[in-house]
Amino acid sequence: MTKTLFDKIWDDHVVKQIENGPSVVYIDRHLIHEVTSPQAFAGLEKRGIPVFRPENTIATADHNVPTIDQHLPIKDKLSKFQVDKLTENCEKFGVTLYGLNHPYQGIVHVIGPQLGITQPGMTIVCGDSHTSTHGAFGAIAFGIGTSEVEMVLATQCIMQSKPKKMKITVGGKLGKGVTAKDVVLYIISQVSTSGGTGYFIEYAGKAITGLTMEGRMTVCNMSIEMGARGGLIAPDQTTFDYLKGREFTPQGASFDKAVENWSNLYSDSEAVFEKEFHFDATDIEPMITYGTNPGMGTKITGKVPSYGEMNKSVEKSLKYMGLEPGEDLIGKEIDYVFVGSCTNGRIEDLREVAKFVEGKQKAENITAWIVPGSKQVEKQAQEEGISKILEKAGFQLRQPGCSACLAMNDDKIPQGKYAVSTSNRNFEGRQGPGARTMLASPLTAAAVAIAGKIVDPREVI
Amino acid sequence: MARGKFKNLVSTAIPLPMENVDTDQIIPARFLKATSREGFGENLFRDWRYEANGQPVNDFVLNDPSFSGEILVAGKNFGSGSSREHAAWAIYDYGFKVVISSFFADIFKNNSLNNGLLPLQVSDEDLVEIFALIDTDHQVEFEVTLASQSLILPGMGKTISFDINPYKKECLLNGYDEIDYLLNLKSEIAAFEQSRV
Repeated sequence: MTKTLFDKIWDDHVVKQIENGPSVVYIDRHLIHEVTSPQAFAGLEKRGIPVFRPENTIATADHNVPTIDQHLPIKDKLSKFQVDKLTENCEKFGVTLYGLNHPYQGIVHVIGPQLGITQPGMTIVCGDSHTSTHGAFGAIAFGIGTSEVEMVLATQCIMQSKPKKMKITVGGKLGKGVTAKDVVLYIISQVSTSGGTGYFIEYAGKAITGLTMEGRMTVCNMSIEMGARGGLIAPDQTTFDYLKGREFTPQGASFDKAVENWSNLYSDSEAVFEKEFHFDATDIEPMITYGTNPGMGTKITGKVPSYGEMNKSVEKSLKYMGLEPGEDLIGKEIDYVFVGSCTNGRIEDLREVAKFVEGKQKAENITAWIVPGSKQVEKQAQEEGISKILEKAGFQLRQPGCSACLAMNDDKIPQGKYAVSTSNRNFEGRQGPGARTMLASPLTAAAVAIAGKIVDPREVI
Repeated sequence: MARGKFKNLVSTAIPLPMENVDTDQIIPARFLKATSREGFGENLFRDWRYEANGQPVNDFVLNDPSFSGEILVAGKNFGSGSSREHAAWAIYDYGFKVVISSFFADIFKNNSLNNGLLPLQVSDEDLVEIFALIDTDHQVEFEVTLASQSLILPGMGKTISFDINPYKKECLLNGYDEIDYLLNLKSEIAAFEQSRV
């Protein structure tokens, strides 16, 4: 029987199929963080049960941590309590924690791949919707709620109905100044913010396989912004080269054996997908969003669409953003630039920004924050001299965490201000109450930081 | 965590005719610092419900005393975005037992079912009709019967039947907890692990 890559991994992990119900699916790796785990640990305590396989769960503190003075006690009382609770729970239940100030601490979806915890063919879950990121390695990875976090802690399994499969092929070669972020923002603008709901996506085509692992992670990361639980890419030499020698990947002969197994992870040529999309890389230009969901995006040289008769939701969205239908986006003055998050807070993102801003100065009207995705990214940026270049250009370099992507900590964009952000969500209030977020690539963000307004990165590189 | 058996209900409904209501609207991230499951209802739709200075936004539906009830009716693609279960907790904690929409985001749907909150999906046309009914009469009452999977629209002699996974339905009706189910499978899970080595 022909199978998709998704089917192969899924079928390999079904412990039991419940009649007329969900499957009991075995989970290889469970990542947890301070915000969506305390109630799950409390549930275990209430039942008086241990973590079933503590060695398969890895914890870090990322969502609710400050990005300055991480060596000092956390000032916000509730945040401190929550982060302390994670430490306490991990100690009590025997879970490995990469907490604040640990050299491996960072955004959960940055550290998993970086440490080689994420591997092809695995099932990976986390109480965070951007768990889809790990699909870049040819893994089934998806976000779950806290009740499900408790299930995985208690039994290393989860109850899930098998999703439908979607294939998104992007053929051709990306143009100059067009990056992985633009590819995924383009896909979402075509598929819509709900078009992927009920599906698991496989990305394919030359424009996808031509991306680095970090680029692939950016694409898979935003699968959830189409409503899809996850997205994956068949592992190939790029994947194996990335994984080789990482802390938790098999070493030596075991690695070669693993590569042999991983090489079988692809969709059979006759495999059936319930839905397919084909896009051409040459149609993709640098993208930016203008609305309050990630599907409301356009090429940067485009205009805010005129929606004939606007429905209430679109009207509310544009009003919130302070934009008029038909308005040009190029030239729009911006107040903040945020580079970071599990979407674009990796070393290649920082390199790209540094390369562009080297020898330049940020515009006076711009506050620019750059937040590395992990301690390891931070260290690498220092070693490569990237940090110095960014600081010289007027960027504030913060310490690792989710930061202004969801603004749980003090990194909030003020009311009414415009932020060009490399993160993943432009929802109302996402980056702070009243904040106006426009999602774009790190390259575009860098260009905007220097110009002080929206510019086409292709015009300035 | 099971919340006890899901009971049939007859209730007025509160309309929120917006599409793509994401979980950041349902419960903004800055209110996710709690370590228990209780009390999130206070901040449900916080930034739509209150001004920055804490004053209620008068024209937001939860602040309109002419609307009340245990049913929330919302536009399509309700609950998109973040996986935060706090969104389902907040809706439940506020007092809702049912959310009606023409489309739900996946993770939100699962989270709701795991917390005794029924995500009741109807067609786009039926949703328009339901909004119209509430608009005409804020006191109109709907009847939800889970066992027969029916939603009765009052005064029209119309019954809408809705889909729900049979297993999830059993769980809701009996107040079963999926974790208990999985815990009973532990030896099968251990055997599965052995078979993969």
